[in-house]
Amino acid sequence: MTDDCILETKGLVKEFRGFVAVNGVDLKVRRGHIHALIGPNGAGKTTCFNLLTKFLEPTRGAIHFNGVDITRESPERIARRGIVRSFQISAVFPHLTVLENVRIALQRKLGTSFHFWKSDRSLNQLNDRAMELLTSVGLESYAGMVTVEMPYGRKRALEIATTLALDPELMLLDEPTQGMGHEDVSRVMELIKQVSANRTILMVEHNMKVVAGISDTLTVLARGSVLAEGPYAEVAANPAVIEAYMGTEVTELASPAGH
Amino acid sequence: MSRRVSIAYLIGLGLLLLAPMFIYPILVMKVLCFALFACAFNLLLGYTGLLSFGHAVFLGSAAYVTGHALKVWELPTLLGLLAGTGAATLLGWAIGSLAIRRQGIYFAMVTLALAQMVFFLFLQAPFTGGEDGLQGVPRGTLFGLDLADDINLYYLVLAIFAGSFWLIQRTIHSPFGQILKAIRENEPRAISLGYDVAKYKLLAFVLSAGLAGLAGATKTLVFKFATLTDAHWHTSGEVVLMTLLGGMGTVFGPVVGATVIVTLQNELADKVGSLVTVIMGAIFVICVLAFRRGIVGESLALYQRMIGQKNR
Repeated sequence: MTDDCILETKGLVKEFRGFVAVNGVDLKVRRGHIHALIGPNGAGKTTCFNLLTKFLEPTRGAIHFNGVDITRESPERIARRGIVRSFQISAVFPHLTVLENVRIALQRKLGTSFHFWKSDRSLNQLNDRAMELLTSVGLESYAGMVTVEMPYGRKRALEIATTLALDPELMLLDEPTQGMGHEDVSRVMELIKQVSANRTILMVEHNMKVVAGISDTLTVLARGSVLAEGPYAEVAANPAVIEAYMGTEVTELASPAGH
Repeated sequence: MSRRVSIAYLIGLGLLLLAPMFIYPILVMKVLCFALFACAFNLLLGYTGLLSFGHAVFLGSAAYVTGHALKVWELPTLLGLLAGTGAATLLGWAIGSLAIRRQGIYFAMVTLALAQMVFFLFLQAPFTGGEDGLQGVPRGTLFGLDLADDINLYYLVLAIFAGSFWLIQRTIHSPFGQILKAIRENEPRAISLGYDVAKYKLLAFVLSAGLAGLAGATKTLVFKFATLTDAHWHTSGEVVLMTLLGGMGTVFGPVVGATVIVTLQNELADKVGSLVTVIMGAIFVICVLAFRRGIVGESLALYQRMIGQKNR
């Protein structure tokens, strides 16, 4: 059972000066799943993400990745182990070209990233692979554009391509469809589904349509603790969850197919 | 584009080769030293996004060490330059390792504080000559050429400048430079892609400090003295002004900025006296308010706009 689990947290706690943002979270992410993390604002979802990738130091508790304790490792070390995250606010390198964005992720493997005496033409050998990745997210025609000029939805797609460049075992997506138009949402949803082959995805998501559409497992966080966990239909019927989501969001949760 | 740039560089180099026939060589050498200093600073501010507010300490410490090595230890000229540059590099490593633990304004304050500590050391230490400075540094010879002759020295200084400028330009356009730009653009993202950003920042800081040191060492050779001014925080502020005025994050901007500032100071010093500080301040304000991208940055933007219109 445990080897089926790619990521596991045990009693994860994060306190900020007396305020408990994450309170004893036990999370189990199964290999190959798309696992969604939902909850009302301030439930601790993003804090959880920051703990898992060590952008924040947990106050207590342990994080295991593939059975190895990674609680004390540095964020760049975690990334090199194969846990790569995206950010809530679009994380691109705005004044580099779209191709360069992906190449930065590919570049580390060459082992020349400290070589300040070498020409950057030595990076051109990565262009083919970078173009492949851009094509896989439908951005091949943007390759030469300076990223800042791209529409928002495309930036999220670029972010996914950059993350994919590291071929992560576990991808953490923080609100991948946030602030997107209808069309973009469907495109990104398709994209996530497509890249989830051969890897595990853990995502924070507010859009119930996306959650219902592509997630295998769902964890509901409320006030820093796990409220419910399981497949979508099961969780949506849970009275505690409905209570936490008072008001209009209950109906949204109950009828994901609606608009 | 890159071909046009190389041609522009060759023309610039050609003009510099002929410059001492028309302009007082000491002035051109002073400009070159400060241009190198500003380029080294720009590597950190413009391409890594780190604002060091104590960069004069690297200029100053290299100036003293080279002066001491040439005057007291009587080392050959090249070894003296090397000693100064090496000292600044080591100091850069020490100050850099402490400063890069903090970000933004805190980084700037840590560099300023550490630089002030070293400045105080220079003020008190016997070997610097305190307020009087280290005077009468011999220039020595190089390959049998007497460097006491300004023209001979000029070509050595030009070679040092050209070599360092090439190195900075190469660093910017290297695999390492790509990562620096990534860190400048979005540090958390660079971390999440598995880069240990502290190490990249430190190497950038050490390179910048070493090259600033080379500028200081060369300056000692030109003026035959090293003084407290070189290490003073005024000089740290001046290099910020040069870089911003010329165009931060452009390869050639700091050279233009340094040329304008050094020439102005030289021309105005005996005409307006201490008013020069006020004029520099006014230039700084105008630069920040009216053309933030600096002389080179604004010119490039204008050029691109014109090209864009032509294509349309």
